[in-house]
Amino acid sequence: MTDLSLSDHAIAGKTAPPSEARAFRLPTQWLGVAPFFIFAVMFLILPTLYLVLGAFQNAAGAFTFDNIVGIFDPPNLSNYVQCQYDSWISWADGNCRLPTILAAYWISIKISLASSLIGAFAGLAIAIAIVRGGLPNWIRSATLTFSGVASNFAGVPLAFAFLATLGRLGLVTVILNTVFGLNIYAHGFNILSFWGLTLTYVYFQIPLMVVIITPAIDGLKKEWGEAAATLGATTAQYWRMVVIPVIWPSFLGTVILLFANAFGAIATAYALTGSSLNIIPIVLYAQIRGDVLHNPHLGYAIAFGMIVITGLANVFYIWFRTRSERWLK
Amino acid sequence: MKSGRFWAWVVFALGAAYFFIPLIATVEFSMRMRRGVYSLDAYKVVLGDPRFQATFGYSVLAAVFTIILGVLIVVPTAYWIRLRLPQLRPVVEFITLLPLVIPAIVIVFGYIRMYGSSSPLPFLASGRGTDALLVIGYATLALPYMYRAVDTGLRTIDVRTLTEAAQILGAGWGTIITRVILPNVLIAVLSGAFLTFAIVIGEFTMASLLNRPAFGPYLQNIGANRAYEPAALAIIAFAITWGCMSLIQILSRFAPRSANRPN
Repeated sequence: MTDLSLSDHAIAGKTAPPSEARAFRLPTQWLGVAPFFIFAVMFLILPTLYLVLGAFQNAAGAFTFDNIVGIFDPPNLSNYVQCQYDSWISWADGNCRLPTILAAYWISIKISLASSLIGAFAGLAIAIAIVRGGLPNWIRSATLTFSGVASNFAGVPLAFAFLATLGRLGLVTVILNTVFGLNIYAHGFNILSFWGLTLTYVYFQIPLMVVIITPAIDGLKKEWGEAAATLGATTAQYWRMVVIPVIWPSFLGTVILLFANAFGAIATAYALTGSSLNIIPIVLYAQIRGDVLHNPHLGYAIAFGMIVITGLANVFYIWFRTRSERWLK
Repeated sequence: MKSGRFWAWVVFALGAAYFFIPLIATVEFSMRMRRGVYSLDAYKVVLGDPRFQATFGYSVLAAVFTIILGVLIVVPTAYWIRLRLPQLRPVVEFITLLPLVIPAIVIVFGYIRMYGSSSPLPFLASGRGTDALLVIGYATLALPYMYRAVDTGLRTIDVRTLTEAAQILGAGWGTIITRVILPNVLIAVLSGAFLTFAIVIGEFTMASLLNRPAFGPYLQNIGANRAYEPAALAIIAFAITWGCMSLIQILSRFAPRSANRPN
């Protein structure tokens, strides 16, 4: 790029008039990060912008809100015909039920919310137990190591594991049935359902929570507990007035991160439920593969809606994180 | 404190049960292939399947190229940001976090529409081009992890002094990055690389939508058509993830601990 040494630059920067130094320095400075920015623009920002712009255009390329409105529309008749052979349509009771796109968003939001909340509270409980519970030290390190693995154990294999556990022939299903006489499938449980998918997502949500929240709990200083005790606080008061306010922002922030994590996931759901549960990434997947909505721009609108939801979630996450960092430094 | 410890044990036991029962169930299920006795037949069938070998090999290769591309993009950038353009740090950090905001399925949807065979950059017109696009897509997925790993590594070394010392000895930029900076952050780069490997090896969405013969779509296909092999594959995948994470842990023991002078 340049064979001027660093000290030359420093001197040039100090002695030369600012305008001259700038005219000379800018290109070489920016060349160093050019590959990164070209990569990011070409393969991250432009493809996303392309979809976002497409969401506001009709087939002729003119500006329109129709696609966004289309998300909220009930499916039309042409979709109904399509329903006979399209895989993403739900076949729950043998009838062809038509989910709206809105319903798919709603199921996705519910599953993401349920799995992130369950994962967050369970993860928090585990983190508190291993940090403050007085358990042997090896349990803490073993839990953290396992969490690192399990939080990355997602996708298709995770679905297989849960099918082998809670599927119709899964170990837990069979044991519950033969040993305890409890047929969970007769009681309405199904791994290919809302709760089945939520329970499966929790398998990577809890460890992610443990990995992220443990440092925050480590950040609770012993002195605070002692100070509270000196001032005559009970354990309950110490938790209510010290621990919860300090952990709260990072807890909420992590909940949001878990939400976004579940919301964009598709592989686990696709491998687990095939196409019997219409979460929004699966609808988008079917749309990309075969234009099941008969309107490419409606597909863009779905993608845009997903970005809006995860984007909003991340705005909140950043906001909560900056608040929590004030305490944990 | 006594009751606190009791509840800690209860929570830990419940958590351990939730996490180990599926693993035990999967192991058990994977060995049920031969009627009446436990056997490793499912593993033999899976490992002997030529499609397993082909798709697994393909995904390993894709992961290796992803890691190379990721290192080529991330290391010089993170280095340059620390050395010369600290004011750009928030921008770069924001961009590296974008793949966590934009779901993979949306990114690959954009690729399919932008780089089709009639576009100015027809990646999708040929098989090789699509392979390249898949590797690029994986590199964007791995960007948040790779950047953070490398940036943490750079924080523990004195980038400015090392650079100036190398320059005094007459090194050019290429030499500085490949022979001074890279060896110093090698452990961080390797951690990022193993994490990337763990993410890429079973990735389904991008590979499937780009129609690549990768391991993820193969897993999905087996899952839809077989009974016992998926359980065996799940155990194999878990072992791979475990291996990658263990390597990262082992590597982190060799990493330098503290910064002499944080930049």
